[in-house]
Amino acid sequence: MKNPFKLLRKALYTQWIEKLLSTQQVYGPVQQGKRVNYRRIASPAELTDDFIIPENSVKSFVFPRIEKLFSFTGNKEGVSIEDKNLEAIPYKVILGVRPCDAYGILNLGAIFGWNPADPIFSKRLERTTFIGSACNKTDDYCFCSSIGGGPGNTQGSDIFLTKMETGDYIAEIITPKGETLIASDLELFEEATGLEKEKYLAVLPRRFDDSHMEEKINVVFDTPIFDEYALRCLGCSACAYVCPVCGCFDIQDETRGGKGQRIRCWDSCGSKLFTLHTSGHNPRNTQGVRWRQRLMHKFSYMPERLGVRGCVGCGRCSRHCPVDMNISEQLSLISEC
Amino acid sequence: MGGRKMGNLNEIAAHLLQNDDVQLIIGYGEGSAGRVRPLFVSNKKATEKLLFDSRCTQNLASYLYKKEITCLGKPAIVANIRTLRGIIRLAAEHQLEDETIIALAVSTGDDVKELRRLEDMEQYLSEADLQLKKEDKALLDKLNAMTIADRWAFWQQEMAHCIKCYACRQACPLCYCTQCTVEINQPQWIPVASSKLGNMEWHIMRSMHLAGRCIECGQCGEACPANIPIHLLPIRLAEEIRELYGSVTGISKRESCEMSSFQPDDKEKFIT
Repeated sequence: MKNPFKLLRKALYTQWIEKLLSTQQVYGPVQQGKRVNYRRIASPAELTDDFIIPENSVKSFVFPRIEKLFSFTGNKEGVSIEDKNLEAIPYKVILGVRPCDAYGILNLGAIFGWNPADPIFSKRLERTTFIGSACNKTDDYCFCSSIGGGPGNTQGSDIFLTKMETGDYIAEIITPKGETLIASDLELFEEATGLEKEKYLAVLPRRFDDSHMEEKINVVFDTPIFDEYALRCLGCSACAYVCPVCGCFDIQDETRGGKGQRIRCWDSCGSKLFTLHTSGHNPRNTQGVRWRQRLMHKFSYMPERLGVRGCVGCGRCSRHCPVDMNISEQLSLISEC
Repeated sequence: MGGRKMGNLNEIAAHLLQNDDVQLIIGYGEGSAGRVRPLFVSNKKATEKLLFDSRCTQNLASYLYKKEITCLGKPAIVANIRTLRGIIRLAAEHQLEDETIIALAVSTGDDVKELRRLEDMEQYLSEADLQLKKEDKALLDKLNAMTIADRWAFWQQEMAHCIKCYACRQACPLCYCTQCTVEINQPQWIPVASSKLGNMEWHIMRSMHLAGRCIECGQCGEACPANIPIHLLPIRLAEEIRELYGSVTGISKRESCEMSSFQPDDKEKFIT
């Protein structure tokens, strides 16, 4: 079997990023004050690797907060529509992508790739290369290892890097997109044997048994378990917006004078307005039912329809929740039913 | 830090439930990763889980009108100064009637005071002081010292992190409207999109709507998942209101709303 690991020396890693910067837009984790976020960089010196997980996920690279779908102009003859120019979507490389985030892109892709595939999402995905970065530390909210991921999980990454104590990297080229990216820089990646990726990975024990989650969550559907847990939920959308897999959106027209654009904005099932009918009736009329929908969608409906879960265990929803709604705690309770 | 339970608080809560004085206790319990979280207790046994310590800063008053909570019966609410001020202001805005809740005031050491009437709460607040956190004071001073252009740049930069999740609105005890202006689309006052304009207009609108109503609890800023110090906007406006009208908000059930009421002796300096 071909050795999957290559060696990327520290100095060559920097050199490689500089080369990437000359051909396309490069993003990576950057510290700004208290925040670490994936931001566009002009030099590898701007990057940080001293963090657990960036504040926002990489979702916005393929599913931005606001996506202009098309623009329109009204005139005497009627309305003329101008489609989005997909060819104007830039090529991007995202460095330092956490394994959970990369895995999330794969799962989000199942939503937007559902026949018919969304052309804008598909083009963005096609032109974005994700360089995964193994986790060497975790916090109380991380639970990727409980739901099929892990600190060294390569799913969703095009190239995956694991940093060794020397500062050099173990590189895994995962996808054809990854191979294309390094095609002209192959000499930077040394063939190497005896590299042990496992020993550089954070150890994250499983918090619950997820083996029958899909059946169990259906069984507890009518029990008070969700209502009880969600009493403190404020009904904001923070959990959905920081989630790497939440893909719900709201379509809006922004018009000024005779011109305007149709845009796609993030939306959230936690919000009361999400299912409010024009009649005034709301089929999800309490926060408990809305919280249940969030979990059912991720652990029942998505697996059933798309074959993937809507959660990758990044823990952002719980980390950012103003009232400590903790999804892995709720899943633990369900797994014990 | 640490989950210091207060015998007094747990006993009073148990007693209130047992006597059927209330059917629900709204308080704080141990959360995850060293945090505390809002806790709702309906049976005597579970009152053991109630705690109060320096981590319990959340303003719980916003739960007092949530229908998922109000359907559980008459509540007693573990109340720090922020929560008490929220209660008083809600009463001043006719959102809460006297003697419909019991406040368990817990700001002074281990001593829990059971306050059954708004008047008792007003009395309690007249002896309590709500101080701005040190880092907030420092940032506010820094912002006040800036030129208008620098301040505008600061907020533009901060608002770029806003994802318009409305956690600020949902956490605020005074954002109790059943339908917010931003959720009305005919006409659409504020862009739905979390764009530069949409974010800034939302925060300006929110701050102006809270001017003269904000009780300065800082809950909006604490709830913000993007760590934007948005609480400093309404807090700064509260300062302005104090200067203009000499009024403080959240201490008397008879206080008015300075921005939407008219008094014949209002200063009219801005006209001349």
